[in-house]
Amino acid sequence: MLSFILRRLVIAIPTIILISVFVFTLQKLLPGDPVLAMAGEERDPQVLEYLREKYRLNDPIPVQYFTWIGNALTGDLGISLRTNQPVLELIGEKLPVTIQLATMAMLFALIIGIPAGIFSAVKKGTVTDYISNVVALSGLSIPNFWLGIMLILLVSVKWKLLPASGYVPLSEDPIRSITVMLMPAFVLGTALAATLMRHTRSAMLSVMSSDYVRTARAKGLVERKVILKHAFRNALTPIVTLTALLFGELIAGAVLTEQIFTIPGFGKLVVDAVFNRDYAVVQGIVLVTAVGFIFMNLLADVAYVLLNPRLRKQ
Amino acid sequence: MTLTKMTLAAALLGATTLGAQAADLRIALQSDADVLDPDQSRTFVGRIVYASLCDKLVDITPDLEIIPQLATEWSFSEDGKALTMKLRDDAVFHDGTPFDAEAVAANIDRSQNLETSRRKSELSSITGVEVLGSHEIRFDLADADATLMAQLADRAGMMVSPTAAEAAGDDFGLNPVCSGPYQFKERIAQDRIVLEKFADYFDADKYHFDSVTFLPIPDTTVRLANLQSGDIDMLERLAATDLAQAEEDDGIKVESAVSLGYQGITINVANGEKGDNPWGNDKRLRQALSYAIDREAINQVVFNGAFAAGNQPFPPNSPWYSSDFPVPPRDVEKAKALLAEAGFADGIDLEVQVPNTTVPLQLMQVVQSMAAEAGINISITSKEFATLLADQSAGDYQASQIGWSGRVDPDGNIHQFMTTDGGINDSKFSNPEVDELLNKARKSNDQAERKQSYDAARAILNEEMPIVYLYHQTWIWALDSDITGFTPYPDGMIRLEGVKKEEG
Repeated sequence: MLSFILRRLVIAIPTIILISVFVFTLQKLLPGDPVLAMAGEERDPQVLEYLREKYRLNDPIPVQYFTWIGNALTGDLGISLRTNQPVLELIGEKLPVTIQLATMAMLFALIIGIPAGIFSAVKKGTVTDYISNVVALSGLSIPNFWLGIMLILLVSVKWKLLPASGYVPLSEDPIRSITVMLMPAFVLGTALAATLMRHTRSAMLSVMSSDYVRTARAKGLVERKVILKHAFRNALTPIVTLTALLFGELIAGAVLTEQIFTIPGFGKLVVDAVFNRDYAVVQGIVLVTAVGFIFMNLLADVAYVLLNPRLRKQ
Repeated sequence: MTLTKMTLAAALLGATTLGAQAADLRIALQSDADVLDPDQSRTFVGRIVYASLCDKLVDITPDLEIIPQLATEWSFSEDGKALTMKLRDDAVFHDGTPFDAEAVAANIDRSQNLETSRRKSELSSITGVEVLGSHEIRFDLADADATLMAQLADRAGMMVSPTAAEAAGDDFGLNPVCSGPYQFKERIAQDRIVLEKFADYFDADKYHFDSVTFLPIPDTTVRLANLQSGDIDMLERLAATDLAQAEEDDGIKVESAVSLGYQGITINVANGEKGDNPWGNDKRLRQALSYAIDREAINQVVFNGAFAAGNQPFPPNSPWYSSDFPVPPRDVEKAKALLAEAGFADGIDLEVQVPNTTVPLQLMQVVQSMAAEAGINISITSKEFATLLADQSAGDYQASQIGWSGRVDPDGNIHQFMTTDGGINDSKFSNPEVDELLNKARKSNDQAERKQSYDAARAILNEEMPIVYLYHQTWIWALDSDITGFTPYPDGMIRLEGVKKEEG
């Protein structure tokens, strides 16, 4: 098991290096001058030149890259051109926000998606199955921003039940923190719930028609046990893979959701950074996200092995 | 079922927490401020925060007259080359440092010499500072400078604590220390900026909130929804298209003021190779474009009539507006005649670059259809703002839809755009007579004389038309109807003196 994890970690290193080079060069290809974007209406040539020097934007791109990656290895991701805050500090400030949002959205998705998938597989071909399929399809098709705005108008403006937007740290006021996050997590969770439901359903369907399920039934086991213990556990492997991959989608979805609900998370940070050509921030975020994504996949691999004894012997 | 109950319970708890913060004023801003250092900052929203955080030497009235703030009185010498100011003796900075003439001298020095200072050009006329007494100071100027007082009424005149500034250097913006009615408490980037009341402020009893929280909420619909749901007390820049909805709501009131800025189409006259084309070389084409446009219709269609149509760098209600050239009515025939005269009777193409956001795109589509009727075929190139700015500055454009947020002194709206060496003259328009008139207007402290110079320059610019001005934005604030005492200012700032929240 340990050697398995180590092997996976070694493979991850070139991937991360490649990603860092890729992001760095792609960003330099973007039109627009960060110093000019930052200057806005006040463009004093002397100051612009000073800033270019200060942020080493006049150096050749390879030199810029090695300076950056060298510093990054020592834990220094540079400072934001826009607010002068260290990038690492910014990421540390925003990451817990998005993790909270992603976790709550994932909970919504799991709580809705998996039971709905099992239910619809078990009741295959009935009205219930059709209804849950239609609901799942709508969940997939309704754009996040539309659902978000509609919820704000209905729940916050009309019923005044939940705050319309914003963020309160968990440590400051846990209940309010969760309250504020309910709507965005729901919006972000719905599309995932739909994907999860569809996959759970098909995984369950293929397992339900297998021999061992028939045997279990023939033994006279209660249907609930057949479904949960025999069928569901075997259907779980593809669902776990999917859940790990969905975490990537969650972060991507968070970009939009955070914009709508004005949540000061990772997604909002990266969008604003790209628009302001805040290079150091964009690079830092991409690097951290890539590492996180690789880590999530590693976790999923470990989870398979735990779930599926056959993989352990290989 | 349990989930619904939990949600409800949580929501109720959330609501109680809200109620307990009544002494906090929550203001939604359209975007997040940049670095909170008056000498380094660049954003409009940053200035809104400073209005509560950092006092200036002087302030303005809603009619743009200069009034005392940290300076109690001032006078220029006969030749206009020296400005003497008397200062308040009861002001202190948030860190306890007393405010005096030495502090002012240190501030001018910082604005002029800090490497990252954006205030250098605004204070370039000051060549020397002489401390005359503990609360009296004289600025020596290279030449008479009519714009100086207006500069001192904005960021260049904001006083930061010299002790704190010295200690923090470039990083001052992470923990700004000024002398305004509210002091800095905390900032979470893209989330909020919190200020709390400064008890030792000289006019503390005119400020009625224990704290002020600024929340950046970029989406206009969400900003309004937050006000309607009671999560915030006030918002700036309500979209013109949301005006009707806000006015219908009994819980909300709306205030507005025509801004000092403008929006228009800047045409590349001589900025690099791309300026060398019929549009850059023949003023008749530029005039034709202006005649083809119905400015009032634009205001009605794109902005629900909430803004002001315009054809000059100053809005029609400004004392600097030249009444000799009123907003021209649309005249398609005249536009066609001008095109024919210039040799383009069969029509001509024009490529306009536009920021890729909703309003500029809508605006330019309306202009496009109006211009088409006169035979001008506009193609719209939509660019992300940073790219648009870079291309414009480099001369890689034919025409650009861009604007200016406006300045209190008229010079700020015209000199740097229309003089040969102007810092933001992206059109690279150059006319010796205009240079002379605008330079002269800058040096005179006589308002009538200045107005004459601007009017004379307008006569030439209206003929040459390097910028086709289109409209002037109106600042629209939406407030909870419990908020009283708010005064709209044409500079778009939120001044909290006398602003109260009536409970109930």
